[in-house]
Amino acid sequence: MTNRWFFKFAVLAVAMLSMLVIACSDDDENGGGSSDGVLQKVLDRGELNCGVKESQPGFGFLAADGTRSGNDVEFCKAVAAAVLGNANAVEYVPASAADRFELLASGEIDVLIRTTTWTASRDAELKGDFVTTTFYDGQGMMVPSDSGITSIEDLSGATICVTSGTTTEGNLDDQFTARGIAYTPLSFESDPPILAAFIEGRCDGWTADKSNLAGQRAAYPADAGGSDAVTILGETLSKEPLGPVTPDNDSQWHDVVQWVVFGMIQADEFGITSENVGSFVANPPNRNIARLLGAGWEGDAAQDFGLGIPVDFMQKVLAQVGNYDEVYQRTLTPIGLGRPGSLNASWLEGGAIFAPPMR
Amino acid sequence: MSAEPAQRSRLWRSGRSRSLTLQAGFSLLLLLLLAYIVDRGSNLELDIGFLDQQAGFAISHSWLTDFDSNDGRVAAYLIAVSNTVRIVFVGIVLATIIGVIAGVARLSDNWLVSRLATLYVEIVRNTPLLVQIVFWYTAIFLKLPRIGDNRNVFELVFVSNRGLAIPWPEPRTDAFVFWVAAVVLALVPAYLVRRARDRRELETGETTRPNLYGVATFLGVVAAAFVMLGLPVEIDTPALVDDRFTQAYVGGLSITPEFAALLIALVAYTGSFIAEVVRGSIQALPPGQSEAGMALGLTGYQRTSLVILPQALRSMIPGLTNEYLNLTKNSSLAAAIAYSDLFQISSIIINKAGHAVVMFIIVILTYQAMSLTISAGMNLLNRRVQLARSR
Repeated sequence: MTNRWFFKFAVLAVAMLSMLVIACSDDDENGGGSSDGVLQKVLDRGELNCGVKESQPGFGFLAADGTRSGNDVEFCKAVAAAVLGNANAVEYVPASAADRFELLASGEIDVLIRTTTWTASRDAELKGDFVTTTFYDGQGMMVPSDSGITSIEDLSGATICVTSGTTTEGNLDDQFTARGIAYTPLSFESDPPILAAFIEGRCDGWTADKSNLAGQRAAYPADAGGSDAVTILGETLSKEPLGPVTPDNDSQWHDVVQWVVFGMIQADEFGITSENVGSFVANPPNRNIARLLGAGWEGDAAQDFGLGIPVDFMQKVLAQVGNYDEVYQRTLTPIGLGRPGSLNASWLEGGAIFAPPMR
Repeated sequence: MSAEPAQRSRLWRSGRSRSLTLQAGFSLLLLLLLAYIVDRGSNLELDIGFLDQQAGFAISHSWLTDFDSNDGRVAAYLIAVSNTVRIVFVGIVLATIIGVIAGVARLSDNWLVSRLATLYVEIVRNTPLLVQIVFWYTAIFLKLPRIGDNRNVFELVFVSNRGLAIPWPEPRTDAFVFWVAAVVLALVPAYLVRRARDRRELETGETTRPNLYGVATFLGVVAAAFVMLGLPVEIDTPALVDDRFTQAYVGGLSITPEFAALLIALVAYTGSFIAEVVRGSIQALPPGQSEAGMALGLTGYQRTSLVILPQALRSMIPGLTNEYLNLTKNSSLAAAIAYSDLFQISSIIINKAGHAVVMFIIVILTYQAMSLTISAGMNLLNRRVQLARSR
């Protein structure tokens, strides 16, 4: 009797495994089709898998009480609001500097919004499509305030702490080699051990994107002297445009994420905020605003941009999350990254934040 | 009436048809899997040309060579391998010493000694290695004085959380080759003297102290070489050099806190497992061995070193091999505390150049090569010990 049970079980197992393999290969064949794209997967799942950072105040931060905050987190919410109509339908996946592109390529995350610098080799080689820049960053150097160091040139012979697995190592080397400054790098995988090493004086400087340094400085432990104990040098070592990344070769999904971001920038330009979006929808002052909000204009139906998501997606984004400036003021201004005068100001005010026309 | 169902059940239950069906099923599965892998693999780029390009990053821990960011990625990879080999080699030697001492100590009649050994084994063995590595690094080595405090011993040894800088011999370029020749030459008369006295002891039974005379002969020849050649090495002493805003150790040998923390954590962790292997092997020996040693009037040390350990070694070796392999693989946790090991440097290369699959294959093969080398060495040792027994 037991033999027979075993046999039945074995046949069943083989059958199920075969089905699994066939299902997998099926998946492979239809990979390029739009019906199998990320957008459809997100709609089917009813939830957006968003790869974020958890240790960087202002961008992606997981507080001790389990709440998430940061600019990157807000853009995750905006995409979820646009696609699913619910800004809270997000499954946050912690992504490390080293594994983020693997997570994206393997489909474990639908979009990567984790202070990721847009570079040519990443765009081409690492199997991701960069959407647009949500924050213009640059690599900086943080030193103890009492060290007397005021510029990169003062760091001759220094040991520099670096977060491994980023463009920072290469930029650091380029800049120091170009200036003929001898240095020793110390590459850590994540920020917490760097913080410990930096506080104890293991390294003379800490290099990372200025956004990261500003966040670390804002949260610098009080028993190590608080924010005033450290200074971020004025020099910028590199261009670091940060933005969301979508999986390679899925232009439909790429467009969705891209136009959600552009929509938020455009709404800021028009002065549409989470508070007044209702009145703009009820009574759009001009055709462009009506197009952005997916509202009708003078009897015409709302314009569908053909993104594959509801035409009124920007209404939900703006009502549930807000426009680009609201998000910025909520997350980045508090950590000392002011918008006016920086590249992150609107193009109307001399910055580089610009959205192509939405029509 | 019952013929038909009986026949069907016979077919189900026949071993032959069952195994045939199963084999066919699994073969089909294997073929599908193979086809899937080939299909996926055909899209992979397995070109390793990217390794020739400039590294573009600097490395904090290098040994024997100076690495420059203009050097190729191959050079970076080789430094990474040398860093891993260094930690693994030193780690295995020290872990074996600690492990044997702790293993023997656990069986000691001395209450304090055996309890201390038990305490060590049970605490270290039951804590995750990563936790221990980070603990040694952040709670012990980073808490050392800062480099600016200039803690030193007679300006020869410097200690700070930048590292331990000690004087280190540098081979003298003019005399070193002659010295190597002299040492090799000294081995020959030393061996001959030792063998001659060994034979005399066997033949006449008088105490000839062959080892003592052998070493004395060797030292005599070396002393003669010293009179002729002078010291083979120059002692390079470290110094604390002030730049305008920074300080660094120059000269001598600097042991970084990253290396030290990783080494101590690996040694303590692996040592605790080796201690258990040693204890188990000793306890597996028949108690008669120890009792016979006692009856012969051997001291505790003589019993352990002459009777117990040589016999326990046989059953120890397979267990030791496992622990050595574990240490080798565990060394990849180095990345957590910024030690530039094989895995960390490979991750940096992957991040700068992509080609993750190729790089991972290289990393896997490198670890495989190291592990297989250790296994081969231990198997050789195992065979020698086993042969000695059968003789």
